[in-house]
Amino acid sequence: MKIKKNIAVSENGFLFDPNSGESYSLNKTGQLIVKLISEGKTESEIIEVVKEKYEVETTSLQRYLDDFIMMLQQMNLLEKEED
Amino acid sequence: MEKLKFERPVINHINAGVPDKFGMGTAIQPISHIDDISVEDLLNEYGSPLYVLSEKTIRETYREALSAFKTRYPKVQFAWSYKTNYLNAVCNIFHQEGSWAEVVSGFEFEKALANGVPGSKIIFNGPDKSNEDLERAIQHGSLIHIDHFDELYEIMAVAPKTGKKAKVAIRVNMDTGIYPHWDRFGFNYENGEAWTAINKIMPNPDMELIGLHTHIGTYIMTPNAYAVATSKLAALTVRIQMKYNHHLKYLDLGGGFASKNTLKGAYLPGSDTCPSFDDYAEAITGALINSDIQYEHMPTLFLETGRALIDEAGYLLGSVLANKRLLDGRRSLIIDIGVNNLFTSFWYEHHIVPARIKQRDTEDTTIYGPLCMNIDVIRQAIQFPVLEKGDRVVIKRIGAYNMTQWLQFITYRPNVVLIDAEGKTHIIRENETHESMNALDRIPQHLKEIQL
Ligand SMILES: Cc1ncc(COP(=O)(O)O)c(C=O)c1O
Repeated sequence: MKIKKNIAVSENGFLFDPNSGESYSLNKTGQLIVKLISEGKTESEIIEVVKEKYEVETTSLQRYLDDFIMMLQQMNLLEKEED
Repeated sequence: MEKLKFERPVINHINAGVPDKFGMGTAIQPISHIDDISVEDLLNEYGSPLYVLSEKTIRETYREALSAFKTRYPKVQFAWSYKTNYLNAVCNIFHQEGSWAEVVSGFEFEKALANGVPGSKIIFNGPDKSNEDLERAIQHGSLIHIDHFDELYEIMAVAPKTGKKAKVAIRVNMDTGIYPHWDRFGFNYENGEAWTAINKIMPNPDMELIGLHTHIGTYIMTPNAYAVATSKLAALTVRIQMKYNHHLKYLDLGGGFASKNTLKGAYLPGSDTCPSFDDYAEAITGALINSDIQYEHMPTLFLETGRALIDEAGYLLGSVLANKRLLDGRRSLIIDIGVNNLFTSFWYEHHIVPARIKQRDTEDTTIYGPLCMNIDVIRQAIQFPVLEKGDRVVIKRIGAYNMTQWLQFITYRPNVVLIDAEGKTHIIRENETHESMNALDRIPQHLKEIQL
């Protein structure tokens, strides 16, 4: 899982995609997860980090994360997985 | 280190300043209580989904409407439009406030009588009145509003049998400058049909023409249309005075005032565009006062206002069944309220909010009902917070037409609860059960046994 090149995230949670010219807004948790993805973290590593920082159960976090990653894919912000 | 409170991750597309079909994303205000009663408690006690009506709001709305008219024109009489909501408790609130009954069928007529409305205070409208209906209405001295010539001839035939004079008015349709022009009910003004009908009634010994009626349409956004309608009915009144030296007792301007609901496709929310009772009252009473009707024979103004008196007082509460993603990435929320319980969702963008918001972020969402049918869409496109299974939702302004046009489909219709002025709750219509649903079924003998 990789965030596309050139994508910029500002400190207050705005994400700009120069490939499409579209902008997005992220909430705090969204921001953190995008950061972790761009650092190359795997899903399970992301869950670890988020759980360390936030009060949340693994099962619900897994659900939210799946859903969030689907959104990123939908918005064309992730590199296509090579297989 | 203490852990932070978790919020689910959200990403939203930013559309620079342009409101898209999901709306401007204005801050969503949850509704956690109705008249100080918690939505959660109501649903726990009476089940989900649940209709809730506020007696306080009904009475306040009625008094506001009455005062808008009475302060301008003293002779005003409301008649509760049964079809808008004929739960007996609701009708009786209006009757306690002084409303007569406006009915459009034998069924509604019987309801009004059973509620204790004297027959002489029932207005009988509509194109469907059987001979028996007409005979009973004449016996009770009810006000029969004639819809078409066939009905007029029917009354001529029935009335002599009763030994009583039928008290009648005619329904008049007319061009009031708005679209659509409802020309299928009543007698047309412009082409002289209404005048022809009047000239048939006036010489007839078995009928007394005591008023004129019109109902120009529903959800009318232009008060001026009522001024036009009033002037046209007043012109007929004057013509009757001149030709027959006969004075009508009332002019009935029907219903049709808009409620604050937002029509599908409307650019602005209904709460911003809906005229006030004062606006309608000014148009109607202004036209009456300025008409040529003789001062000492000014008629009583009848109003059959429906939706504008009850929409605001009704709520439909429900629960989230599931979240899903559609193919295009949009979120879809499935709730336990289907369009069969919210008939008005076919023409309104209903105001729906969560009972409680855990997180401010919203997403483009489609809200579906539980009906397993493609038409079952409560909101096609709305900015909505992400809710979870079991979370509660509240749909506002559903008091008009939903509790009469509801369809029983795949499950039982739910309880209807009234919150009285003291904050006490009462079931005013019980949910259907297996027994009540089956009570009307009949199985022929040869179909009673099955063997599988
Ligand atoms: C004859 C008549 N009067 C009154 C009403 C109530 O109308 P509204 O709910 O638009 O006020 C109706 C509704 O269709 C009607 O047909």
